Amino acid sequence: MSDAALPMLEADRLALRVGGRWLCCEFSLQLMPGQCLVLLGPNGAGKTTLLNTLAGLREPTVGSVLLGGLPYAAWRATDAARYRGLLAQQQPDHFSSTVLETVLVGRHPHLGRWGWEGPADERIARAALADVGLADMAARDILTLSGGERQRVAVAALLAQAPQLYLLDEPTNHLDLHYQIAVLDLIRALADAGHGVVMVLHDINLAARYADQVILLDGRGGVRAGARDAVLQAALLSEAFAHPLRRYELDGRTTFLPD
Amino acid sequence: MRSRRQALLVIALLALAGLAVFAWALSAGSLPISRSEVWGALFGGEQGMAAGVVRELRLPRAVATFVCGGLLAMAGALMQVLLRNPLADPYVLGISGGAAVGALAAIMFGLAPLVVDGAAFAGALAAMLLVFGLAHGDGSWTQTRLLLTGVIVAAGCGAAITLMLALAPDTRVQSMLFWLMGDASGATRPWPALAVLLIGLAALMPFARDLNVLARGEHTALALGIEVRRLRGALYVLASLLTAVAVTLVGSVGFVGLIVPHLVRLALGNDQRVLLPAAALAGGVLLTAADTLARTVMAPMQLPVGVLTALIGVPVFLFLLSRHPR
Repeated sequence: MSDAALPMLEADRLALRVGGRWLCCEFSLQLMPGQCLVLLGPNGAGKTTLLNTLAGLREPTVGSVLLGGLPYAAWRATDAARYRGLLAQQQPDHFSSTVLETVLVGRHPHLGRWGWEGPADERIARAALADVGLADMAARDILTLSGGERQRVAVAALLAQAPQLYLLDEPTNHLDLHYQIAVLDLIRALADAGHGVVMVLHDINLAARYADQVILLDGRGGVRAGARDAVLQAALLSEAFAHPLRRYELDGRTTFLPD
Repeated sequence: MRSRRQALLVIALLALAGLAVFAWALSAGSLPISRSEVWGALFGGEQGMAAGVVRELRLPRAVATFVCGGLLAMAGALMQVLLRNPLADPYVLGISGGAAVGALAAIMFGLAPLVVDGAAFAGALAAMLLVFGLAHGDGSWTQTRLLLTGVIVAAGCGAAITLMLALAPDTRVQSMLFWLMGDASGATRPWPALAVLLIGLAALMPFARDLNVLARGEHTALALGIEVRRLRGALYVLASLLTAVAVTLVGSVGFVGLIVPHLVRLALGNDQRVLLPAAALAGGVLLTAADTLARTVMAPMQLPVGVLTALIGVPVFLFLLSRHPR
């Protein structure tokens, strides 16, 4: 299924309309293994809606989404869950449970109807916790964690799910600077290892640092999709974010600063 | 996350507690009966008054209270997952209100006990369909909408109950009040309800891990391969049916459905694969123990069992809560 020649995710003439408003007009894209795609745009532009559509959680208004060459309707839900994983924007916290239990939930699609998490699953979950710097928190109750720690628990749960394609809605939510970079480095390493990555980011400079491709939504239905340097241009960004931005090259890194 | 072996151990211990509470419930009462006589009545085919009391009065009543407690605790646990609200209980969506309207109307008109049961069950189903139909709306019902609809329907039922209590002849008011508080003395046919409890639990267990995933939020659950809509619909119908059967059997006993799932969660964690069977057993143990107390502490007077569950449940719950500072 991870044939390097096939795109992991394709959007074909995709358009989304929610509540009578067009979020994005028709566009197409292909995500190959090893690539990292970042969705950018102002508040309410429809980044989460687009990501959820790419994750197969909702139907596109126009066009189609193909996962591993097949429409979502052709996938069994469990098989799709082994192929693509989603980090949701918000993590619910209604009932207490330990950090390890929460991460083990990511193993769900790998277990049968009567299956019970075994030592191998626990090893995977503990390794995922170590990857996000929470190795010694496994027994803690998630309700006692800070927002940033809960976000890292959610990232660890996604790592434990071990999909081919990672879809992440604002993975840097609640994270301090150190962990923003640590988590994005981790995600970039997944792409470099041949996985696919699609993520929503708020920070243009982090997008410039980690993306191969960018989709820029302007909040009025306009979409720019393409290679990073073709989309991340001061004029396009200034228009989309309705604030003048200027581009700098600092020590070989592309940086955008607001005027 | 407990291993499967630990889970089975916990369930086995609770099952032993269930046997112990049955032994107590069958021997205690205004006519004390020794353990060996109880054994003889159940398995030795003994005749005589003691054996008759055990077989025809105490055994159906103990089974009825055990089953009712189990059904309510399981329904409460399901409602808490479904509504993602720790304050949810089996009655929050108006099921018991509908049952009470049906049962009280039947009692008010002096109908036979079997008709009262039938009216209670019909009322519960009517409330369930009403809430589901209204909350479903455009097909995209949310927990908040479901909860609000349920609370409003329950409030309407509450008004109807008060009206009936005000209008009913004095001679009927006491049996109406006893029905409302939960009264096991008339529960002589517990076996169909026992079958519902066992079938319900058996049907749920394969989906218990799905419930763990559902607790992580709708989008996460969808991406992990859960058919969230179908699961929520099934949960709602099942929890409502379990509640309807329980209140038809014993009446709307309070606190069991709210407190037992929390007790079990505090003691054993929130893994639904352990929580659901453990809650069913613990709810049964609690209600049977409460009912045995209710008919012995002030014998020959019998107290409504719902009062006892609250009197036992509240302090135990507060103690456990204070032991787990967050």
